[in-house]
Amino acid sequence: MTGENGVLIETKGLKKSFGELEVLKGIDVQIKKGEVVVIIGPSGSGKSTFLRCLNRLEEPSGGQIIFEGEDICSSSANINLLRQKMGMVFQQFNLFNHLNILENITIGPRLVKKADEKISAENAMKLLDRVGLADKAQEYPSRLSGGQKQRIAIVRALAMEPDVMLFDEPTSALDPEMVGEVLGVMKDLAEEGRTMVVVTHEMGFAQKVGTRVLFMDEGQILEDGTPDQIFNHPQNPRTKDFLSKVLNCI
Amino acid sequence: MGIWEILAQYYQYFLRGTRTTILISLITVFFGFLLGCVIALLRLSKNRLLNGFAGLYITVLRGTPLLVQLYIVYYQLDFIPFPKMTVLDVALDRALPCAIALSMNSAAYIAEIIRAGIQAVDIGQSEAARSVGMTGAQTMLHIVMPQAIKNILPAIGNEFVTMIKETSIIQYLGVSDLMYNNGIVVSATYNPLPCYYISAIIYLILNLVAGKGVNIFERRLKRSDR
Ligand SMILES: Nc1ncnc2c1ncn2[C@@H]1O[C@H](COP(=O)(O)OP(=O)(O)O)[C@@H](O)[C@H]1O
Ligand SMILES: [Mg+2]
Repeated sequence: MTGENGVLIETKGLKKSFGELEVLKGIDVQIKKGEVVVIIGPSGSGKSTFLRCLNRLEEPSGGQIIFEGEDICSSSANINLLRQKMGMVFQQFNLFNHLNILENITIGPRLVKKADEKISAENAMKLLDRVGLADKAQEYPSRLSGGQKQRIAIVRALAMEPDVMLFDEPTSALDPEMVGEVLGVMKDLAEEGRTMVVVTHEMGFAQKVGTRVLFMDEGQILEDGTPDQIFNHPQNPRTKDFLSKVLNCI
Repeated sequence: MGIWEILAQYYQYFLRGTRTTILISLITVFFGFLLGCVIALLRLSKNRLLNGFAGLYITVLRGTPLLVQLYIVYYQLDFIPFPKMTVLDVALDRALPCAIALSMNSAAYIAEIIRAGIQAVDIGQSEAARSVGMTGAQTMLHIVMPQAIKNILPAIGNEFVTMIKETSIIQYLGVSDLMYNNGIVVSATYNPLPCYYISAIIYLILNLVAGKGVNIFERRLKRSDR
């Protein structure tokens, strides 16, 4: 179920303050089904806060978020049901430390969707196989590398069969040699036509995989366009400034 | 009379007192734990009234002497007709208020242990759980608690060991615990020092045994910790 013109998520005047500090200053965005929206911008500009508002890990202070036609902040919204449909991948992986990999993946479907144990395990094994980690099913998270953990975290989110995947700097906590394996999995998801919202500093990913790039600064979206528009013909001086810093950093 | 003669003649008093001390300690930790869980949950609740009440409870019970609390509970509850019975040589109308006071006091410490144990679990664990759609209760039960328990149980074990010593004040309300019986032997023999040595050694043994138990338990937990 999507809104008009295949709009999956729409924010209207979305605001968020932490005490006195206004972090999001009225954000209006439409995200359509099948888009891979990459959010770039300087650190502290509110990218994580924006993403975390989308599934209400942060409670917005103002404005609206419409997901699949429903205002997720209304008192009648079933937030636990809505969150099932929005997978989230964190910078710090956040795998459940006390559960093995298979349990990490199946606990969501089993508890939340009341899925059958055997079927959810089979699904989990298929997904693990896809990211090349089927042999780790019985391991505990502490035994895995960062890149492996993040691929598991992606699988854990996928196991809920979400309609959109939210990524908050999924490769920022990784050693450089592991960035590629995680971006590779994300690229596969994008090619399958999944709707994705990705906060990242990986400009190569933004250019090659993104279908749309948002430039965020000081709690506002200053520029919104195709990767070609943003990277090759930026209009806003602050976008130009940011890109010149991250692209010519040697 | 020397220490061996006192032991030979009066060992039954010491044994009886030790039994009471152990029983009261076990009861205190059990009910203190239950009440402590409740207080900890209130303390972690978002409701400011519940949260504030739990905070006040913890502050007051940790901020006043146990002996004062013991007397207040005893006199405050004198409207309750506790059974005028003795069980295992213990007068219930005196022992029950003591058990209540000790449990209430222990609960304040245990609540803080539980709260700290829960808050030591990385917030990212709950966020990940909520982001797959788990409810708050499911997150607590399946994700946070199993990890928090590893911080909590050893500290509660230590609280139990501490409690064994603290119970010695219930003698002031005439509950025939180890110190109370120690007093009887002192008056009978007019020789206090050996009596106190005997009691000290008994408390020490109780604590060493309890501490050993806690250690074994901790090691079990570590082994299952991956
Ligand atoms: N829980 C919070 N409490 C207070 N301030 C916060 C909190 N989370 C984020 N902030 C502040 O909000 C601003 C935006 O943070 P964030 O969304 O994490 O930015 P980004 O992800 O773009 O680096 C920062 O100034 C940060 O310090
Ligand atoms: Mg961030």
